[in-house]
Amino acid sequence: MYSSGSRRSSDACETRGVRVLVAMSGGVDSSVAAALLVESLGTADVVGATLKLWGGDSDSGCCSVADVDDARRVADQLGIVHHVFNFAADFEAHVVDPYVAGHVAGRTPNPCIECNRHLKFDRLLERAGVLGFDAVATGHHARVARDVDGTHRLLRGADAAKDQSYVLAMLGQDQLARCVFPVGDRTKGAVRAEATRLGLRTAAKPDSQDVCFIRSDIGRAGFLGDRVPLHGGRLVDHATGDDLGPVEAVELVTVGQRRGMGHGTDGRRRFVTAVDVPARRVAVGPPEAALVTGHLLDTVAWVDGPPPATGDDGSWPALAQCSAHGRPVPVTVRPAGAGVSVTFAQAQRRVAPGQTIALYDATRPDSVLGSGIVR
Amino acid sequence: MTAGGDPGRRAYLDHAATTPLRPDALEAMLPFLTADFANPSGAHAESRRARLALDDARDRIADLLAAGPGDVVLTSGGTEADDLAVHGGWDAVTAHDRADDVPGAIVCAAMEHHAVLEACRTLGARTGAELRLVPTDRWGTVDVDALAAACTPEVRLVTVMTVNNELGTVQPLGAVAALVEERCPRAVLHTDAVQAVPWLDAASVTAPAHLVSVSAHKFGGPKGSGALILRRGATVRERIAGGGQERGRRSGTPNVAGAVGTAAALASAVAGRADVVARVAGLRDRLGDGLAARVPGLVESGRRADRVAGILHLRVEGVESEALVVLLDEAGIAASAGAACSSGAVGPSHVLESMGLDAAAASSGIRLSLGVTSTDEDVDHVLERFPQVVGRLRN
Repeated sequence: MYSSGSRRSSDACETRGVRVLVAMSGGVDSSVAAALLVESLGTADVVGATLKLWGGDSDSGCCSVADVDDARRVADQLGIVHHVFNFAADFEAHVVDPYVAGHVAGRTPNPCIECNRHLKFDRLLERAGVLGFDAVATGHHARVARDVDGTHRLLRGADAAKDQSYVLAMLGQDQLARCVFPVGDRTKGAVRAEATRLGLRTAAKPDSQDVCFIRSDIGRAGFLGDRVPLHGGRLVDHATGDDLGPVEAVELVTVGQRRGMGHGTDGRRRFVTAVDVPARRVAVGPPEAALVTGHLLDTVAWVDGPPPATGDDGSWPALAQCSAHGRPVPVTVRPAGAGVSVTFAQAQRRVAPGQTIALYDATRPDSVLGSGIVR
Repeated sequence: MTAGGDPGRRAYLDHAATTPLRPDALEAMLPFLTADFANPSGAHAESRRARLALDDARDRIADLLAAGPGDVVLTSGGTEADDLAVHGGWDAVTAHDRADDVPGAIVCAAMEHHAVLEACRTLGARTGAELRLVPTDRWGTVDVDALAAACTPEVRLVTVMTVNNELGTVQPLGAVAALVEERCPRAVLHTDAVQAVPWLDAASVTAPAHLVSVSAHKFGGPKGSGALILRRGATVRERIAGGGQERGRRSGTPNVAGAVGTAAALASAVAGRADVVARVAGLRDRLGDGLAARVPGLVESGRRADRVAGILHLRVEGVESEALVVLLDEAGIAASAGAACSSGAVGPSHVLESMGLDAAAASSGIRLSLGVTSTDEDVDHVLERFPQVVGRLRN
């Protein structure tokens, strides 16, 4: 186990002489992240960059011209250079296309995680290295710490309600060594207060919601419907196979979903237990039918390799978080082929295939161990 | 970094994006931004002074571009001139079509500036006309065989630029006009000559076209000022309705200072052109040859004989132009890559894509463009810094 006493912050804000490229989405968190970096490093070694990720229509997020304007104006106010990088082709290939393909296959991908994995902490890190920067900073609510032996740890943000370590749980040592999260040790309230104190135009900007490349007026249904044919199907009872009625588009149904599934003959709500797109079938059942004892995870990424086994079967204990702000629950993790299996201590609501489960240290619940995608 | 050189030195090599206001243009404009401020459409002495200046400016612009004063429609710049040509030109030329003639077709070079491309797309969407995009050959010239195939009798608008803004390649307007005459005689031929004026005899080079767009800030005039020249009896329908200025072809209070500055800049650009072209071509050659000798894997786009003097377009193998532009900027070189969108992001160049290059190659282009104020020191500076920057990127 890691000795907590040996840990010290590795925030690059404390280090002079480094050059940092700060990803500025046009939101308040990354605006304040840039401001804090300027405070500690000065204006010469901090450069802002906004990523143009999406060529289509969107409300906001990291994509619209209005957000680029906000980011640039904040950079102007801070006195730093600002660039716009066009990563739209990579975003399409690594985030949007797999998102659409996932739904067609009855899976529910998390595009924010894939954007972090492929864009912010791969493409942007690479670009930053090419341009001579030592690190990339973002406005994520998470912290990076370094043990005395140099091992980097990914920790939850100080604001439990805004913690974003879940969407960063795919980061490894190579990336964490070059990442800075300047607002991670502050509460959202403190971030907004700092933005207000500095008079930043983004101080009162609402948090971004939902998927940045999907316009709220058309929603997921409109977005997917524009790109792939959506198919009507049947709702069936998970146990008996009895036909329970029509469903409008099987591609839009998520495992675990409750909304729109109605109630059983016993008056209790029904949950989706399985989506079979080719068969155009959605299986539903009562709450207990939606419970599972565990999941198999693929695309597993570790912060610092898998922890040492404590059980005879190669297993070890951990805490699992199954959604961005889900409650962590105890699990036992075992190697399983190229991935791992997680077994819940108590049966949990089934997590949809394609979703990510982040694993945290059982004894240091703020420390991320890694993550995987539900098979 | 560099031995001997001034670390703070900068070289401006983005004259094709915009070039400095000529001193004589500024001087000519100042009275109309101060004392002689009146609206030229009024019925008093102050207005008459402004009207006189506007009429004089229009006469000069017309003379210098071999058109009649009534054939000069002053606009807010190149984009508006292109929009007026594409939409207004189409509306005028199809006004007498019979019902069974429409919706016709639009022929547009795929390498056109977005001002023309998007105008053609919106025209197609508005009218139902088919949009035919004509590819570019490997030398950066519109594919004339493909153009010939696209020019069928139902075509009502053909638009091919005089000089490509990214590559600097001069397009064969004479051959294009001959094709239009022969294959789609009812079509109006538009050319975006925005990049031509500083480098070519624009009056004669654009003579075969019906509609010609120019933009003042590309030849030392002010931004926000341009013109559409109507030739050979062509006309346009208005796009901006209102007070009926510009003979009912473009409403809005005339930009007197802009027109005066445009005329002054055009006069001095035309008068000094031969000397400037000779000098800048020499700088361009030294720059192109020097970089080719110092940077492996460098490809110069197009043949110099087919290009205007001011534009040197290069592709740097294995280097993303978006990163190259950032590092060149840090090294004191103002250059540009591809077409910048409104957010400032750089995309793969649609011009290079129209030549059949793949996305990676189309993202490796860099344009170094020179102008009246370019110097030997600018070239020396780039020859010193550019290879260092490419070396860093390839490391």
